[in-house]
Amino acid sequence: MNYEDRLENVTVLGAAGKMGSGILLLTAVEMADLSLQPENKSKAFVLNAMDVSNPGLAGLKDYLQVQIRKVAEKKTVLLRKLYEEREDLIENGEIIDQYIFDVIKLVRPVTKLEVAYDSTLIFEAISDNPELKIKLLSQINENNPNFPWFFTNTSSVPINKLDKEAKLDGRIIGFHFYNPPAVQRLVELIAADNTHQDVIDFAYAFAKKLRKKIVPSNDFAGFIGNGHFMRDALHGISEVETLTKEMSFSEAVYMINKVSQDYLIRPMGIFQLVDYVGVDVCQYIMQVMNPYLTDENLHSPLLDQMIGLNVKGGQYSNGSQKDGFLKYEKGRVVAVFDTEKKGYVPISDFKEKCDAKLEALPESFAPWKQVNFDRNKTNILNRYFDELKTMETPGAELAKKYLIRSNEIGLKLVSDKVANSTDDVNTVMLTGFYHAYGPINDYIK
Amino acid sequence: MKKLRKKVYMTAGYNTVSLGTGRKEFHPKKPRPGLEEYIKEAGEGTLKQIGGGKNVDESVIGNFMAARFNKQANLPGFIPMIDKDLAWKPATSVEGACGSGGLALTSGIRSVLAETADVVLTIGVEVQNTVKAIYGADILAGAGWYKERKQGHAYFFPGQFSNRAGAYFEKYGREKARKGFARWYKNAIDNARLCATAQEYHNNLDDLIAVGLSEPNPKVFTDHLNFFDCSKVSDGASSIAIVSEEGLEKIGIPKSEAIEVVGWAQVERDITKQPTDLTELETIKKAAHEAMQSAGITVDQLGTVETHDCFTIAGILAVEALGLAKPGEGADFVAAGNTARDGQVPFNTTGGLIGWGHPTGATGVHQAITIWEQFTGKAGDAQININPDKPYGMTINMGGDDVTVVAVVYKRGE
Repeated sequence: MNYEDRLENVTVLGAAGKMGSGILLLTAVEMADLSLQPENKSKAFVLNAMDVSNPGLAGLKDYLQVQIRKVAEKKTVLLRKLYEEREDLIENGEIIDQYIFDVIKLVRPVTKLEVAYDSTLIFEAISDNPELKIKLLSQINENNPNFPWFFTNTSSVPINKLDKEAKLDGRIIGFHFYNPPAVQRLVELIAADNTHQDVIDFAYAFAKKLRKKIVPSNDFAGFIGNGHFMRDALHGISEVETLTKEMSFSEAVYMINKVSQDYLIRPMGIFQLVDYVGVDVCQYIMQVMNPYLTDENLHSPLLDQMIGLNVKGGQYSNGSQKDGFLKYEKGRVVAVFDTEKKGYVPISDFKEKCDAKLEALPESFAPWKQVNFDRNKTNILNRYFDELKTMETPGAELAKKYLIRSNEIGLKLVSDKVANSTDDVNTVMLTGFYHAYGPINDYIK
Repeated sequence: MKKLRKKVYMTAGYNTVSLGTGRKEFHPKKPRPGLEEYIKEAGEGTLKQIGGGKNVDESVIGNFMAARFNKQANLPGFIPMIDKDLAWKPATSVEGACGSGGLALTSGIRSVLAETADVVLTIGVEVQNTVKAIYGADILAGAGWYKERKQGHAYFFPGQFSNRAGAYFEKYGREKARKGFARWYKNAIDNARLCATAQEYHNNLDDLIAVGLSEPNPKVFTDHLNFFDCSKVSDGASSIAIVSEEGLEKIGIPKSEAIEVVGWAQVERDITKQPTDLTELETIKKAAHEAMQSAGITVDQLGTVETHDCFTIAGILAVEALGLAKPGEGADFVAAGNTARDGQVPFNTTGGLIGWGHPTGATGVHQAITIWEQFTGKAGDAQININPDKPYGMTINMGGDDVTVVAVVYKRGE
């Protein structure tokens, strides 16, 4: 079966979810592009958008319409060629509208799993619950005569476990997009021991067409991305716990969030990132990963406590941020949760005091937004960290400790053979987390 | 063309900001001034200098595609909105694509020559940021023949001029041509940085030559031009008064504060035909030479030129069309700095279309205003020294791919 045939009938499970909708979009666009090639005109491409949520599926078409337009506007030069024969389509606007129609017409929103019985390729993007995944994948596998391939978007469940327990005979691969899939360029690719080579080859070809960057990761729970992020977050949490001996919880969270964003020149502070991913999702990923780890305990009583208080973070369906450790207004952090008060304390109540305690940032400091896109990024970072290294302010000390820990986590991913190389670890953090520099570096030793 | 039967002057120019990407105050998702705000601001800018609408006999407004960008036609109806004393007087709208502003000038000049008016309020306007560039390209493609749209590029006009650049590369060499383009871009930005209303006024890129030399990316844009070779999408309006000697007296402005129109030409090429030679701007050549002939001057008497550089290649080809350089040598002429603000013939001294901006229907009027500013010492930081041996200035405004062209020769009023 060649590339086009493999993509003739595809199902996305969990298509209305945050990750599923993005995967559906990218797949729909790729399938539509194939369907528009003259040699494929006779094929009937079908993309099942399967989800149990009817309201979610209703919103999906709106999402697709907006996103496909963005895609089309960026590749109108190519689309004019694809629609060359259509005498009736003259203006860019007409061609773009037709393209949106042609992509959406492949998509069939459904709530029944049975549609996947006809597919040759199944993307799985349901919640990261190993039992549920195994149940659905094996059910499809038993009822589908096509020996379908399974691409799972899991960020933490071992692929070997899914392969074995769902009895997929190596027709599965971890194809882990980053959020949001339509924007983030990184895909972590995780093959199980038995994964067929042609599945791997197809995965590379597909990622290339989607213009994604693949980093292969080995099959250890959490893989590279969450392997780093979860431990990095636990470091932040443990620093907060230390600081609360001398200050309030909200003040400690504020300070560590500031250190991990400003001092480390990252796009978000660590607690903002936990909120972005979801406090509950982080807790869950740790739960999934933990049984596979022998030499450490990936667990945070603080996350349990937060979820007990129903503080979960995550995003609303329009993409705006829900409150978690931090409270947001129009995307800006305005307050920090306090576990004793069980409510939010405005940042203005303690910002000045905490900033003074951290003391001044290095003089050469510039925020991530400015540094990350600068052509002289390397020089800027070198100068900055050279300065940070010599400083002994409380802020600088916390930052140095954080950098050293992040470096250790990165190196351990390589020595544990989760990642094949230090470069792979750095690439994941650079492209999947938009860090300005990789965690494995020589800045602070 | 016959000698002008009476003297025609231009004075009291006013430009709004050329708004679009590059300006700090521009944000694509925030509300912006509309067509009427631009017309009013520019019109009032001129009226304040000439004693108000009561001194105006008639008005003309140049605009290309408000009918699509703004869903608005019948633009003469906006003239009385500027000043109540403009009501119940004649007003006309003219269109010749990106040459609409130039047609507004010739329309005003004709009225003065015909002695039907002593003072003509002349405005050009375009508000284009109402749609994204990819849809704006469809609208602007109206400057070409509609039957050629289907086989044209997604970005139709950049595609047309990319073809011209490609032909030029093939005939005369790509490397030297691109050096000329990059220098043209640098000059445009250098000049725009001196003019507060310019779209590139806030441009702070470091190495402009290197930026100008960025390789074109045919997958997302054209084969032979990069984004820096192109003028941007702009909103803006420009306004100037076209007056007779009697008019100058009426509005109380001395001749020394005005420029005199000493020659002009307006030339059309058949829009349904391909250009004879892609490496030549034939219509610009004819218009520029007719204008110089009617003024009785030669090219070496031009102290400064405002030419229609919608694309760098159009700037280079205009230099050749004027006869300042031989065919194929325009790129070298420009690369050597001859068209820079301190060069042999300073071109586009407030940035031109690439630097100042290209609100299509306003451009022709904006060009006249730059000449007026330079010849009357009102160009501020952008002021150049006019060589007394070269006391003439010229504007060249082009609509479509060398289809509708207006060329005007000026000198300081005396």
